[in-house]
Amino acid sequence: MYLYNQTDQRLVDDRVVQFRDQMTRFLDGRLDEDSFRPLRLQNGLYVQRHAPMLRVAIPYGTLASHQLRKLADIARRHDRGYGHFTTRSNIQYNWVRLEEAPDILAELATVQMHAIQTSGNCIRNITTDQFAGVAADELFDPRPYCEIVRQWSTLAPEFLFLPRKFKIAISGGAEDRAAVRFHDIGASARVAADGRIGFEIFVGGGLGRTPMVGKTLKGFLPREELLNYFEAILRVYNRYGRRDNKYKARIKILVKDLGLEGFAKEVEDEWAWSRGGPATLTEQSFVDMEAFFARADYAPAAADDPGYRQALQGSRAFARWVERNVAPHRADGYAIVTLSLKKTGAPPGDATAEQMDGVADLAERFSAGEIRVSHEQNLVLPHVARKDLPALWEGARALGLATPNIGLLTDLVCCPGGDFCSLANARSIPVAAAIQQRFDNLDYQFDLGPLELNMSGCVNACGHHHIGHIGILGVDKNNEEWYQVTIGGREGAAAALGKVIGPSFAAGQIPGVIERLLEVYLAARHEGEIFIDAVERIGLEPFKARVYGGAA
Amino acid sequence: MNTLIRNGEIVDDGWQWIDAGEADLSVRLAAGGRFVLPLAAWLVHRASLDPACAGVWLGPDDEPESVLPWLADIPLIAIRFPVFTDGRGYSLARLLRTRHGYTGELRAVGDVLRDQLYFLQGCGFDAFQLRADQCPEEALAAFQDYSWAPLSGR
Repeated sequence: MYLYNQTDQRLVDDRVVQFRDQMTRFLDGRLDEDSFRPLRLQNGLYVQRHAPMLRVAIPYGTLASHQLRKLADIARRHDRGYGHFTTRSNIQYNWVRLEEAPDILAELATVQMHAIQTSGNCIRNITTDQFAGVAADELFDPRPYCEIVRQWSTLAPEFLFLPRKFKIAISGGAEDRAAVRFHDIGASARVAADGRIGFEIFVGGGLGRTPMVGKTLKGFLPREELLNYFEAILRVYNRYGRRDNKYKARIKILVKDLGLEGFAKEVEDEWAWSRGGPATLTEQSFVDMEAFFARADYAPAAADDPGYRQALQGSRAFARWVERNVAPHRADGYAIVTLSLKKTGAPPGDATAEQMDGVADLAERFSAGEIRVSHEQNLVLPHVARKDLPALWEGARALGLATPNIGLLTDLVCCPGGDFCSLANARSIPVAAAIQQRFDNLDYQFDLGPLELNMSGCVNACGHHHIGHIGILGVDKNNEEWYQVTIGGREGAAAALGKVIGPSFAAGQIPGVIERLLEVYLAARHEGEIFIDAVERIGLEPFKARVYGGAA
Repeated sequence: MNTLIRNGEIVDDGWQWIDAGEADLSVRLAAGGRFVLPLAAWLVHRASLDPACAGVWLGPDDEPESVLPWLADIPLIAIRFPVFTDGRGYSLARLLRTRHGYTGELRAVGDVLRDQLYFLQGCGFDAFQLRADQCPEEALAAFQDYSWAPLSGR
């Protein structure tokens, strides 16, 4: 893992002092609300429905055990004993007190954490694949590049007041688990025919009000040019992105208005000047950064441990958990374990302080003290020896984090919705709970197979409903909560946006609607065909007909 | 009178500001002195003025490309922030300082607040005309907000 140097530490320490002063001036009335708002947002502090919300950055979703314990400590002392992991691999505290925010930031700084740029019209937390560095299928580890971009973008003075927020994701290039084509900039690892390392750069993707799949801006960007090229993109966007209408201010609208070629021409012109210039990354900078992330200390482990084999045969529950929650690791004898934050009855993505402490302990015992946060709002232990899986499973069960539902229907993604968020049109947590209760039967879920359900409480799409195989969007009709249903969305190489099936529903109808969608799939599926593939093959009509009975 | 900070000190402004569309401009210019003109007027009157007495100000959507032929002789370029959240001026400053190598005074004017000074400086501004309600002493402290230099501003 990356460790702060003196410069990084000074930056976060100075930031705490600066924000404490800003907060004091605000509370004293010397700083007016309009001037304070962008400052507090750049420190992750929102004013929400019930209380201020503080969003803490978890850069590229990586945490050490002692950092997770600090998050638990903050949840206990400054919130109501829990936190919410978000679809951008951050954590949100929903019940903080405004005047305590500087104290919380000071606590975070003691464990090399902060809330810088987790909100506001600036470059947000960099995200990646939750399996980065350990996935069996990646071309190379994207985390050194995430950290390079994190350092560059943190308080980058030129880009603190962009037209709108700006999200960057970087992935290791194989199966896309970072949704790179749904970010303002997405970078996907590529290795050229001559062995050079670089990235394919996507631009203009995003969800929200105007969902778009990112387009390839550059097929291959050599890695040493990463910052020069990003800076060129950001500068073009900062100068020419729309500022007159916040709903048209994202980079995707600028790319649409200029056309991909027109936009690319502007970027090329800017890059032509900076290319090879002072911000060009050196080979040494890659070597230095890679050293933080390299792990050569895997103890040789048998690929087929007898105790593990025995547990698989002896317990159907354990075998099911392995089937859904354990992924292949690139080192022999190791595995990647996903701890589910989607137990029926608990709001998706929420973890209590006790669970956080428990996961920190499990990570120390079984995963070299490292934890990842996935954009599907689960926690991941990335370095687990297969022989330890039975013991880890017992530990996870005791914490209520061993639901064997990863990638299945009840592993649904969901924003905090109208229960907390002042932007939301509708609540999402109760609807998620109703869905989880209706489909809690594991045999049914295993039979259904992989299925992604995403729900957002408003068009801002924090729950990424557009890319759910089934998407649910809360809408407001005459001050009542209604829910629009889409199907056919997906992330990954075949990224697509879901299509609306018809008029929206009341909350109580949603589980029944989903049941009917699933009935169509179960009747139509070919051997081994998953839900989303069946939707693409047979189209929307059979689903519409079943749900609306021909009335839509 | 708005406070002017130049190179970390509160100083008297020796320049007269000309607004866009100001009437009887020729008469005013003929009276003599040092002027900061809006881009369009600067392009019109530039040739008849002593270059050392003719600064130019740019709005956020002005293209700095239009002053490039004379950049080496311009003593002062001001960039106007209509509202502090309009970040275009940061990029204009960086372009002028880095890509185009401008070395004269680069002044932020308009909605210039204490809490942005450190970052404005990071983009190459060396003079700051504060919004009228800003406390000059607090503003001077802003240059010490960080003991760290941003990576992208070096």
